[in-house]
Amino acid sequence: MQGKARRKRMVEGVADGRLSAAELQENFADIHPPLDQHEALVASDRCYFCHDAPCVTACPTAIDIPLFIRQIATGSPMGAAETILDQNILGGMCARVCPTETLCEQACVREVAEGKPVQIGLLQRFATDAAMAKNKQFFQRMPATGKSVGVVGAGPAGLACAHRLAMHGHNVTVYEGRKKPGGLNEFGIAAYKTVDDFAREEVDYVTAIGGINIHYGQALGSKVTLEKLRDDHDAVFLGMGLSGINALGLKGKEPKGVEDAVDFIARLRQASNKGRLPIGRRVVVIGGGMTAVDCAVQAKLLGAEEVTIAYRRGQDQMNASRYEQDLAVGHGVIIREWLQPVKLKTKSGSVSGITLEYTALDRKKLVGTGETITLAADQVFRAIGQTLGDDNGSAVEGSLRLSGGRITTKPDGATSLAGVWAGGDCTSHGDDLTVTAVAQGRDAAEAINTALQG
Amino acid sequence: MADISNNFVGIKSPNPFWLASAPPTDKAYNVERAFKAGWGGVVWKTLGEEGPPIVNVNGPRYGAIYGADRRLLGLNNIELITDRDLYLNLREIKEVKKKWPDRAVVVSLMVPCEEQAWKTILPLVEETGADGIELNFGCPHGMSERGMGSAVGQVPEYIEMVTRWCKQTTRMPVIVKLTPNISDIRYPARAAKAGGADAVSLINTVSSIISVNLDNFSPEPSIDGKGSHGGFCGPAVKPIALNMVAEIARDSETASLPISGIGGITTWRDAAEFLALGAGNVQVCTAAMTYGFKIIEEMTSGLETWMDAQGHQSLDDIIGRAVPNVTDWQYLNLNYVTKAKIDQDACIKCGRCHIACEDTSHQAITLMVDGARHFEVIEEECVGCNLCVNVCPVENCITMEQLPAGSKDQRTGKKVVKKYANWTEHPNNPSVTAAE
Ligand SMILES: Cc1cc2nc3c(=O)[nH]c(=O)nc-3n(C[C@H](O)[C@H](O)[C@H](O)COP(=O)(O)OP(=O)(O)OC[C@H]3O[C@@H](n4cnc5c(N)ncnc54)[C@H](O)[C@@H]3O)c2cc1C
Ligand SMILES: Cc1cc2nc3c(=O)[nH]c(=O)nc-3n(C[C@H](O)[C@H](O)[C@H](O)COP(=O)(O)O)c2cc1C
Ligand code: SF4
Ligand code: SF4
Ligand code: SF4
Repeated sequence: MQGKARRKRMVEGVADGRLSAAELQENFADIHPPLDQHEALVASDRCYFCHDAPCVTACPTAIDIPLFIRQIATGSPMGAAETILDQNILGGMCARVCPTETLCEQACVREVAEGKPVQIGLLQRFATDAAMAKNKQFFQRMPATGKSVGVVGAGPAGLACAHRLAMHGHNVTVYEGRKKPGGLNEFGIAAYKTVDDFAREEVDYVTAIGGINIHYGQALGSKVTLEKLRDDHDAVFLGMGLSGINALGLKGKEPKGVEDAVDFIARLRQASNKGRLPIGRRVVVIGGGMTAVDCAVQAKLLGAEEVTIAYRRGQDQMNASRYEQDLAVGHGVIIREWLQPVKLKTKSGSVSGITLEYTALDRKKLVGTGETITLAADQVFRAIGQTLGDDNGSAVEGSLRLSGGRITTKPDGATSLAGVWAGGDCTSHGDDLTVTAVAQGRDAAEAINTALQG
Repeated sequence: MADISNNFVGIKSPNPFWLASAPPTDKAYNVERAFKAGWGGVVWKTLGEEGPPIVNVNGPRYGAIYGADRRLLGLNNIELITDRDLYLNLREIKEVKKKWPDRAVVVSLMVPCEEQAWKTILPLVEETGADGIELNFGCPHGMSERGMGSAVGQVPEYIEMVTRWCKQTTRMPVIVKLTPNISDIRYPARAAKAGGADAVSLINTVSSIISVNLDNFSPEPSIDGKGSHGGFCGPAVKPIALNMVAEIARDSETASLPISGIGGITTWRDAAEFLALGAGNVQVCTAAMTYGFKIIEEMTSGLETWMDAQGHQSLDDIIGRAVPNVTDWQYLNLNYVTKAKIDQDACIKCGRCHIACEDTSHQAITLMVDGARHFEVIEEECVGCNLCVNVCPVENCITMEQLPAGSKDQRTGKKVVKKYANWTEHPNNPSVTAAE
């Protein structure tokens, strides 16, 4: 490495431009490049066309996987795309972001038999990419019903709900707090899982069915009330995700350099030039889920020298799958387990280190052992779980029953309040997966449709 | 080590693998590469009579069908006999035979169905020192329209006549190559024998249309938007060829007639099966055209290894060994009762056995047992048909188990009898009743 380039990379503190444009480009390229035509045929030939296939049961949206794979194998990627999108209108994004290793591909009989599942996710991407490249629309709106539904949030849950409602002939108004649609598809998913402007293109593809009006900058709570939505519409769907972050719970004022992982990722996803994004030389991420892994890996890819994930329990209990953990380790991230944060060290107003206490299980309860370790850190990211958030919490509190800080729903998405449904991360049934949010949005739309017709 | 050297109607070769008459044997260059690679012999690409050379199409002449991973399962062609000058071929045949005296060089011939045409060409071939001739009565396209190839092969009287002309004219062994495009292969074989043939070889290609282009509705291979039927060969035709070889081997009229087995032979195992059904040696075309000549190494070593493991010392130990076991349906033992059995440890729960049996057969395999996905044979329903074995993606996961004599067949409620009993004596057979 040239002296100058090396000096830039190793600059102390939080700094931008650690890597060259070429390095950044390579680092943030598609992590699973798409299959080409031949690869797709070979991969699809491996599917056994199982009866009552376990992979379908494992997919939260219950895509008819053997059927769509057979359609690819027989040279009909468009038919395959229709099969996929019929169950999951965000099948393109799901193909990129689903942790298939814990969903469909884990259940695949060839995983059971050989430890080598059919590449369901990549095949799903092959088919949906083919359809989107041609902007082939498979669904038409039924005759207008004259009913209108208000949808809060243009994330996966809201979009899936809106699309299905539009299909049934209802008019859908989407209230989105931000200036852009997509929810975490646009702001949260790791950059290397959804490259280019795919999230945005997919929203356009989904809303092309018509009958869906998205109003931006219209946050429930500040701009509109639940009351008003119920008055203005025949039904309401809440899909506002989780916008709050759990606090680290440390004493004293937080120094500079401590940030929510999701905010950091959102900045990264929106950055037009990643070379301008400042990143610490030494980074510590607190947490053990997918967000922690995505944050740590992307910090590393931006050029941080040392990135550590500190998790308060053992690796086996981490929410991030083994595959995700290996991905982190493969990128040079250090995963340290049984550590909980106790104190931040500060130097001239900025964080300079973090003291962590070792933990242990005492009769199933997590306790600190008293022993501590201090890691140098120019930047500390919180990735310890999201909450409904203060604003959204108060917007619904009192009107809707909550459980565990999320909206209580029935399996079809009905909330405790008549005429109001909910789905996705904001509900007690959400499991922080895009595909689950899609399934719940779709199912709530069906329930709303039934209610509106009744 | 087993001895796989071959003597086929007096033609000797170091192994029983010959290249069939086709593009791999069209000229000295290819044939010499084949011999270097280890092939035991060749049947030179079919020669026609003297005159302006044959004209082939100038567009695609092959089409194919594929299995998983684009593995070629069948090839179809609309190529004609050699399009090279007769004398050039003869010169090369002579040179090659001289250079490779231990290899078999047989020359395939197809000339018009007139005695003089055969009498003219035979001395020319004899002069090359070739080991024998093969009469191409098999080609289903192009030549048959001109009264040659399968046009002759489909009329037993012509086969007999042409064979006799050849036998009367030449000292060389005469092998008659048969077309499969006929309803009963025994008739042309008997005709060849009656005409004095030293052997038959089969099968030539099967008349076929390999596929249709769904954009322009032309059969493939497409020549300017039109296609013609061609000849089908490769792994997909092997079962057809095996049956035809066996039919000739067990026909009392042709039982002693040597057979050169051809059709879909791709591995040593395929070859061993042909030998077991009565072929004295084998010929290969598509496998070589797909993978090149090097496959001969797998074929010879595979055959030797298997023969060693089984204690067979020479090809004579295996040739025809399966022929006595080929019988007619009516003589199969109806007291042989089997049931499918699923090895639960091997089962990966794909459900294919269940749905195949449930939708299309005898409803004899479970899907759920006690609320769990579980595939098990219901003996009361299983007729032992083998479909589940065939559709299961896991080797040896489902096996057919014979019910021992004395045990009860849960389906029929009857005791399994040890005594052999076939249809000819079955009470439901109307001809049995009639005989009473
Ligand atoms: C960093 C990170 C990485 C992730 N990676 C993956 C992954 O790889 N694979 C995977 O399957 N899942 C992943 N997830 C989870 C996945 O992104 C979510 O489960 C999914 O986006 C939930 O969809 P949703 O529609 O419920 O909520 P969101 O995607 O959060 O969408 C909610 C929408 O509502 C809007 N909104 C919020 N409040 C209001 C309001 N008051 N008024 C109006 N609009 C509002 C938001 O702006 C947003 O557009 C990840 C999550 C994070 C945080
Ligand atoms: C392109 C091609 C050309 C052929 N030409 C001839 C030929 O000229 N004479 C002949 O007797 N058989 C010809 N055959 C048939 C082969 O010799 C052989 O009988 C047939 O392909 C079956 O064997 P296989 O399955 O190993 O290919 C030809 C086959 C192919 C594929
Ligand atoms: S949506 Fe996700 S879980 Fe379902 S089949 Fe596609 S990749 Fe698998
Ligand atoms: S389980 Fe695997 S092999 Fe079976 S249908 Fe699903 S993808 Fe295909
Ligand atoms: S076909 Fe074979 S592997 Fe599949 S369920 Fe049946 S026995 Fe099991």
